[in-house]
Amino acid sequence: MTALAATVRSNIAALMPTFSSAFSGVALLILILIACAAPWLAPYPYDLQNLSIAAQAPSAAHWFGTDEFGRDVLSRVIFGARTSLSVSLVAISLSVTVGILIGAICGYVGGRLDRIVMSIVDLTWSFPEIVLALLIVAIIGPGSSSTVLAISIAYLAQFTRLTRTQIKSLKRQTFVEASLSLGAGPTHIIMRRLLPNVVAPVIVVAMLSTGNAILLEATLGFFGMGVQPPVPSWGAMLSTGSAQLFSAPWVILLPGALIALSVIFINLFGEGVLHALDIKAQARSH
Amino acid sequence: MLLTIEHLKIGFGPYEPLSGVDLDLDKGEILGLVGESGSGKSMTAMSIMGLLPLMGGRVKSGSIRFDGVELTTLDEPGYRALRGGRIALITQNPMTSLDPVVRVGRQIDQVSQLHLHLDRQAAKARSVELMERMRIPNPALAYDLFPHQLSGGMRQRIVIAMALAGDPDLLIADEPTTALDVTVQAQIIQLLVQLVRERGLGLVLITHDMGVVAQTCDRVAVMYCGQVIEYGPVATIFDNPRHPYTSALIGCIPRPGMLPRSLAGIPGMVPSAGNMPKGCRFNPRCNKVMDICRQSIPLPMSEAGRSVSCFLHSPGQLP
Amino acid sequence: MTSYFIRRLLAMIPVFFVVSGVVFLIVHMVPGDPVDNMMSVGASANQRAEIIARYGLDRSLIEQYLTWLNNIVHGDLGTAIVMRRPVADLIMSNLGHSLALGGWALMFSAVAGLLAGTIAASFQDRWIDHGLMGVSLLGSTVPTFWLGLLMIMLFAVELGWVPVSGARSWTSLILPVITVGLGGMALVARVTRISMVEIAREDFVMLLHAKGLSRWTIQLRHILRHALIPVVTILSLRIGLIVGGSVTVEYVFARPGLGSLLIRALAQRDYPLIQGCLLFLAIAVMLGTLLGDLLQAAMDPRQREDSAQ
Repeated sequence: MTALAATVRSNIAALMPTFSSAFSGVALLILILIACAAPWLAPYPYDLQNLSIAAQAPSAAHWFGTDEFGRDVLSRVIFGARTSLSVSLVAISLSVTVGILIGAICGYVGGRLDRIVMSIVDLTWSFPEIVLALLIVAIIGPGSSSTVLAISIAYLAQFTRLTRTQIKSLKRQTFVEASLSLGAGPTHIIMRRLLPNVVAPVIVVAMLSTGNAILLEATLGFFGMGVQPPVPSWGAMLSTGSAQLFSAPWVILLPGALIALSVIFINLFGEGVLHALDIKAQARSH
Repeated sequence: MLLTIEHLKIGFGPYEPLSGVDLDLDKGEILGLVGESGSGKSMTAMSIMGLLPLMGGRVKSGSIRFDGVELTTLDEPGYRALRGGRIALITQNPMTSLDPVVRVGRQIDQVSQLHLHLDRQAAKARSVELMERMRIPNPALAYDLFPHQLSGGMRQRIVIAMALAGDPDLLIADEPTTALDVTVQAQIIQLLVQLVRERGLGLVLITHDMGVVAQTCDRVAVMYCGQVIEYGPVATIFDNPRHPYTSALIGCIPRPGMLPRSLAGIPGMVPSAGNMPKGCRFNPRCNKVMDICRQSIPLPMSEAGRSVSCFLHSPGQLP
Repeated sequence: MTSYFIRRLLAMIPVFFVVSGVVFLIVHMVPGDPVDNMMSVGASANQRAEIIARYGLDRSLIEQYLTWLNNIVHGDLGTAIVMRRPVADLIMSNLGHSLALGGWALMFSAVAGLLAGTIAASFQDRWIDHGLMGVSLLGSTVPTFWLGLLMIMLFAVELGWVPVSGARSWTSLILPVITVGLGGMALVARVTRISMVEIAREDFVMLLHAKGLSRWTIQLRHILRHALIPVVTILSLRIGLIVGGSVTVEYVFARPGLGSLLIRALAQRDYPLIQGCLLFLAIAVMLGTLLGDLLQAAMDPRQREDSAQ
């Protein structure tokens, strides 16, 4: 390969990550906008049944066909985006908040409290998320609140660990000593001095976890343990659609594809952010 | 001549880490390859071993002749037969040179099995014997140890044993003692010298320590910024250094009876790859610099078994 | 090695107590009277009294927990409410299927992942590298149940190569194993590739080249051996992944197993069965992790010394 071709090739290779993450970011934005504008965008209401056109293949009137009750698949998927995204975002936000709180306290106080709390938290991490989620659903029963709770608990561990590690290492630095000698209390120190440094890595991990959260929400929905009908959710659509697998295969295509795409876009975008933060950190240290 | 390098130039991307290496070595001789960090000593070793492509580099021009064979045009299978067999490498850092999950004895066996075609038993016997020669205590037991269970000095002896296992004609030792304790350094150097004298090997000893060169080597090649700027028999060069850099290096060697605070250094710093000065690369630091030195690069001028690349000694090159 | 094994086993004991404790408490955390939760609707007063006696439900929580544990050790995991069979029987008859699925999936992840990762690392940055990594990335982000459904559609319905569901013959294992295994394969492939690329840069590899060994010998016999260590680590950490994946896949492919048993139990609110399944799944995860730790220590002699200090 000529030298020129090699240079062009390596330049493209270097830019690809940035290109793919920018593309993913835009795609995600579009997805979020669609979800917000669902009532205005969807061609049909999600619960409009019309048995006479049940299980029809994609056509001009129904771009992705109809399900077993004659409901428009596309509209249900658009509303399903709302469900998945809102549940995941709320769950992750909850997870982040509680995780930071626990992690900060454990990291700052240390000692026995730290050890006991962290071993409990670590336990949640070593078990498969779905089993954990099912455990919680077993206790509370199916529905959107238990889904949110299940997802929050499943991902709690990583935010707790992350915050705790950061706080522990920052605690030893001199600016903390300085604050203490000026009479600042522990709350002030945690809130104003230590937490701001934790924010960046937590945001990135939160972003990447949202992808997993969407998967978990879909899995729970698939088992019928998630958001209950008639509110559409991608997972539940796959579940009911699987019964029609042989007669109406198109029903499962769109929801599944969207779940996969959301996760891929989130991962690509998250990695791009990670990369960018990394570069900034390196630049700062020079 | 066992090894002859002529006008060797290598490239790494846009850089030219070696831009003019010329040296010879015969059987039973020790050549000291000397210079500061970044002068290209390790690159020379890599070039002789044919390991440049592994690191992303290539030979641009010049020749490396080993026992009549031209190495720069040798194909890979041919080179592999030589590496570890007739030409062996001893690396700098014993802490990272050995495979951590393989027992040290087996690592030596590998060489005998590959190059001497010995079977498992014979290879093991040979390895234990080599370890004994390297003065490793309890060689039969040490055979089964893992690298992390040995000290740095012991590990380096294993590395040397590995290098000898293939019965080489040429040994290249790249700063073999830099990473070791001072007390161990002398032992290792002595060991190497002894091997050379006993077996008639050729040894390229890469070092930044002129003192070691003075005491142990037969010939010396002084490198600066990718070029051999002076080369010749040790006695001649040390008695009568021609290149200002060589004199400066010799002047840096601490001597007993020196006055306190008279330790000399060489002013200035080694230029980085992207910042090479125009003309002779040493000119910014040279105490005998002339105008021409800043314009053109001096070529090596040989006579009577020694060569030097300096305008002070090559009147024929003045414009 | 044996001392390492014993140490790890002992470390597992407190974990087991906490997990079993949580599983035990499920019946008490659910709204309603624990006794009612353990019986079917409309049971007689006699049956009620019998259950109270069997589980010691009239005594303190700790005593109940110990009774429960004691029962388990003696093989009594309670009786399933809806199916009216001993939970232990149900679990035993389904355990084999789950183990088969999980075991083969693990094997598939490991072998396919190592293969893909080694090839990708050996041809770094060329088409085949990007291709393999891209495909495995897709395999891990696509939801397993969707993948399962797609595979059923393609291979079972359209092409008719394998049976659609059930567990009648070994061919019915193929699709489920691949579906679960793909997720793990992606992870293994990625870790293998990165480790091999990084290890190739280490000093001792350079010396291996200097010894005259061929590139493939070095790649396969030395570098791969080193890369196996982080692979075993990652697989043992993600045993949960295999277990979790199996749960959904069993449901999709209508295979008998602990997973589908659990889902059914949840739908029917059959608490004794739920507890039994969860407990077994938890034990599976713990044992799997232990096995992974042991394998790691066996492969990397440095590990054994470290934890002794």
